[in-house]
Amino acid sequence: MNRVHARVRLGATLLAMAAIVAFPLTDSAFYVELLAKVLILAIFAMSLNVLVGFTGLVSFGHAAYFGIGAYAAVLLAPKYDPANLWLVLPGSVIAAGIAAFVIGLFVLRTRGVYFIMVTLAFAQMVYYIFHDGAFSGGSDGSYLNFKPSAAVGAFVPFDLTVPRHLCWFVAAMTILTYVALARLVRSPFGRILAGIRSNEQRMRALGFATFRYKLAAFTVAGAIGGLAGFLYAVLFGFVTPELFAWHQSGNVLLTVILGGVGSLAGSVAGAFAFVAMEEVFSGWTRHWQLVMGGVIVVVVLFLPGGLAGVPARIRRGFGAERG
Amino acid sequence: MDLPTFLIQLLNAVQYGLLLFLVASGLTLIFGIMGVINLAHGAFYMVGAYLAFALTGATGNLLVAILLGIPLAFALGALLEWLLFRHLYRRDHLDQVLLTYGLILIAEEIRSLAFGDDVHGVDVPALFAASIPLTDMLSYPVYRLVISAACIVLAIGLFVLIRHTRLGMVIRAGSHDRDMVQALGIDIGRTYRFVFALGVALAAFAGMLAAPVSSVFPGMGNQVLIVSFVIVVIGGIGSISGALIASLVIGFADTFGKVLVPDFAGLAVYFVMAAVLLWRPEGIFRRG
Repeated sequence: MNRVHARVRLGATLLAMAAIVAFPLTDSAFYVELLAKVLILAIFAMSLNVLVGFTGLVSFGHAAYFGIGAYAAVLLAPKYDPANLWLVLPGSVIAAGIAAFVIGLFVLRTRGVYFIMVTLAFAQMVYYIFHDGAFSGGSDGSYLNFKPSAAVGAFVPFDLTVPRHLCWFVAAMTILTYVALARLVRSPFGRILAGIRSNEQRMRALGFATFRYKLAAFTVAGAIGGLAGFLYAVLFGFVTPELFAWHQSGNVLLTVILGGVGSLAGSVAGAFAFVAMEEVFSGWTRHWQLVMGGVIVVVVLFLPGGLAGVPARIRRGFGAERG
Repeated sequence: MDLPTFLIQLLNAVQYGLLLFLVASGLTLIFGIMGVINLAHGAFYMVGAYLAFALTGATGNLLVAILLGIPLAFALGALLEWLLFRHLYRRDHLDQVLLTYGLILIAEEIRSLAFGDDVHGVDVPALFAASIPLTDMLSYPVYRLVISAACIVLAIGLFVLIRHTRLGMVIRAGSHDRDMVQALGIDIGRTYRFVFALGVALAAFAGMLAAPVSSVFPGMGNQVLIVSFVIVVIGGIGSISGALIASLVIGFADTFGKVLVPDFAGLAVYFVMAAVLLWRPEGIFRRG
């Protein structure tokens, strides 16, 4: 039973990957960009899942690291030349990771509901730094004039100015993030995070310096959030302080919950569900957030566990009928 | 900074701090007693401001609008508690955050549908439209003093309610052990509904008072919400006196931050929070 289940899952994963890789060949610029947008949200949601799902830390300020990654992509690039992708990409990820490390030193001193409020407040602080600062272009934001170049010496493996190539690059980063985080969960480090999630007191009693592990998780999550932000800046070519707005933190948290807390594949599915809802609702009305808000309220009240919990609920429902 | 300017900023700081206290006290009460984190609390501030705008337009006087608006806000709070929030008491924080986030989206869109996305002004009531001259150039509007006075009266009322009335006793007992209070034959559900509606009415009242000063604009609730979170973190969750002192501290930090470091005016509040987190991460007035 379990082996069949695993085989079905592997098959579904490979099929989904093949579909994502084949899709940009359709050459519809709108849908290729939309797919890239979904995958960026998927990376962002997976990074938040490291905190919410693996470690049990509900962060409501994750947009801060997304924004820092995006701004780094612009600020680290030369103004009149394309930047070197292999320098600005790690640079942006490291910048977001450093920010997460520093903010983590503060916010991880709190727990539970304090943590939620303090992460939100720090994200707002970062918002003001970029909103009021002259270095960042203030409230207007900044443009990324050239997409980074992937050239290594004379060899150019792909060209990010071609939408198809960019989409594939984002897809590769999504798969890389997925594989890396899936390994991280199963590693001893991931087991310690799971221990902290279920009972931090006991982990401390066992001799683990839980603060350090939480800080490491917070830094990793921030760095990967920064990767998502970097890709966003490359895709859309501009950044504004609105990237730090708490709606972004709320939406990514919603994505994680839609897909199911603690499930990486769920976060990817959640990203598809979120963008699909956004596209459909905004097609209906300019006031689509009203519908979105209604959906959220209904999901919380009637579907605890998110969309990912639906199959289990149905199965349980059948089980109850048989019993 | 000369003395009159300093005095004006001082009064502004106190007035802003007291106004924040009205919002933060409801937030801290609702969390301390029912254990619900309410992101939508800032939306109630916005609801108050727009109620003031609409009712002032209809009645011609802000004071009448406030008298009508408070019972409306209280009723809205009771209705939302019955409809939504009472289902959240035994849920985890994640569900609470999510549902109240959904409520913000709904509130903002209803605001947009009903009033559009423009900034609206509300007139100061004629009774308080005067200004007190301080020097030849500077004067201080009476209405701002009225705001401070109204907030002080409410703060005292809140302390008396919590500390010295039978209802306050039930509220305090309910925050410690809900089931025990219920076992003693007290309808704790009704107490919760009252506390929630009270919190909503306080936030809405703050919004109504602020409407002529700050004007009425989209997203005004979110700004206040995040600052209120900072206050609750500094003051310690569930502590009304902590919320009062933290509100005044934040009022000062924000007002004088704007005067002294205008380039990074928004940051002062968060620096205070960061400092408190290093010093006492559970808030200054946290009780065990």
